[in-house]
Amino acid sequence: MDNTFWSMGGYARYVWPCFAFACAVLAWNLWSARRYHAAARLRAQRALQMAGGGES
Amino acid sequence: MWTWFYKLASPPYVYGAAAALVPWFLGAAALALGYGLIDGLAIAPPDYQQGDAFRMIYVHVPSALLSLTVYTVMAAASAVALIWRIKVGHAVSAAAAPIGASFTLLALVTGSLWGRPMWGTYWAWDPRLTSELILLFLYVGVMSLRSAFEDPERGDRAAALLATVGVVNVPIVHFSVVWWNSLHQGATIVKLGAPSMAGSMLWPLLSMWLGFMLFFAAVLCIRLQGEVLNRERQTKWVREAIMVRREVKS
Amino acid sequence: MNVGSQVGSIEAFTLIVRRELCLSFRRPDQLLQPLVFFLIVTTLFPLGLSLQLSLLRDMAPGVLWVAALLSSLLSVDSLFKSDADDGTLEQLALCGQGLTVIVVAKTFAHWLVSGAALVLVSPVVGTALGIPTGVFPTMMLSLTLGTLTLSWLGAIGAGLTVGLKRGNVLLSLIVLPLAMPLLIFGAGATDRAISGSSAAGALYFLAALCVFTCTLAPFAATVALRITLE
Repeated sequence: MDNTFWSMGGYARYVWPCFAFACAVLAWNLWSARRYHAAARLRAQRALQMAGGGES
Repeated sequence: MWTWFYKLASPPYVYGAAAALVPWFLGAAALALGYGLIDGLAIAPPDYQQGDAFRMIYVHVPSALLSLTVYTVMAAASAVALIWRIKVGHAVSAAAAPIGASFTLLALVTGSLWGRPMWGTYWAWDPRLTSELILLFLYVGVMSLRSAFEDPERGDRAAALLATVGVVNVPIVHFSVVWWNSLHQGATIVKLGAPSMAGSMLWPLLSMWLGFMLFFAAVLCIRLQGEVLNRERQTKWVREAIMVRREVKS
Repeated sequence: MNVGSQVGSIEAFTLIVRRELCLSFRRPDQLLQPLVFFLIVTTLFPLGLSLQLSLLRDMAPGVLWVAALLSSLLSVDSLFKSDADDGTLEQLALCGQGLTVIVVAKTFAHWLVSGAALVLVSPVVGTALGIPTGVFPTMMLSLTLGTLTLSWLGAIGAGLTVGLKRGNVLLSLIVLPLAMPLLIFGAGATDRAISGSSAAGALYFLAALCVFTCTLAPFAATVALRITLE
């Protein structure tokens, strides 16, 4: 299974970059969404701190 | 009967529901994607015409289907927000846009990589490919329009209108292979009648499709929480959600 | 105080069209700019590609249509801008006539001075690009349908971007993807006519696009303006 699997019947240089890009896009989506949420939470905390006069 | 609808319009409810659903969606997505990848890459037999190159179908088709689905979700949420003035709709639409754009890009790139060995070219000005490219431009347009306004509410509504207007492109992409002589293959799953694909190749594909959908749902929920927070920053429920309980998991 | 509601819709339409035409003709240089742009852009292609006239003919429909598209986009930016800047737009919105009537009138007037003018100039450009005279009727018909559709797509984009500072680039970004099917069929119709086969299919499709857009775009453009004016 090993060599035929990795060579993908000769199409390896298309198939593997394809799946690699797909993984990259999925990973980017997760990472970007988490970052967005974290930044939003931070901004909300700051806004509430300023409004509440420093109480946390 | 309408209570569930009203609940969906409530930002704190949506925020809490999204937070709770993320791990479930992610877990289910991992299972579906895992099975689909293993079966699709290693177990499914090679195609008699395309050999092992056909395996690119397992990321190309789900991402293309999702690119259309996500746009429809975005347009529907936008329409709901515009017609019934439900602000959560804008949050959903804003959260969905970058995800959909990334899936569209993925569909175009994987399709291009698949086209090179199969058609001999990385690109062709073919109805299916062109309309999918237009879809990418529409996503970018919606995101750019939303961020161009200083007043975020106005930006939301302008982007919502554009998203709704642009939804005409979705049936064009889907039916482009029917209406015109296209280089691209016709519909094999999303059509009336039985799918025209062998079972051993079909099951991993359906699993990947499901996995992508669940993944989209998970990422949407994560982004949605951020979008809701941004729109509801000064409200009391946000204060309670953020300050009192410091949630660990997003 | 709604004097405007005492006037019928058709009368309001005519009044606004006449107003728009009057204002446009007061600045003839502004009127001619998109046309000159159209001519210049069309000239760029033969210059850049230095092709013989017979070879240019193959590219001619596409060149013509891209130039028409770009010059339409250039002119549509001003559809609502000057009225929005001095507050006239808000007055018109409040005058008692539906905003839709006003939008239809302004867009139609805009099409008369930009799109229709383009159609009239197109034989000149067609000759410069080597399009045979027998094809001119098809070319002009496709351009008429196309520029009408473009004016409406532009009206939606203009309505959405009228308040923005660098709105014109965003306007193009919004309108061009929506206008791509138009380009494909418009250039296709002329192309088919040049090669001798029937352009009827493409023309019918163009007409369908035109009717679809002219029916639904007024409402979209009105909503867009309301979003901006609120």
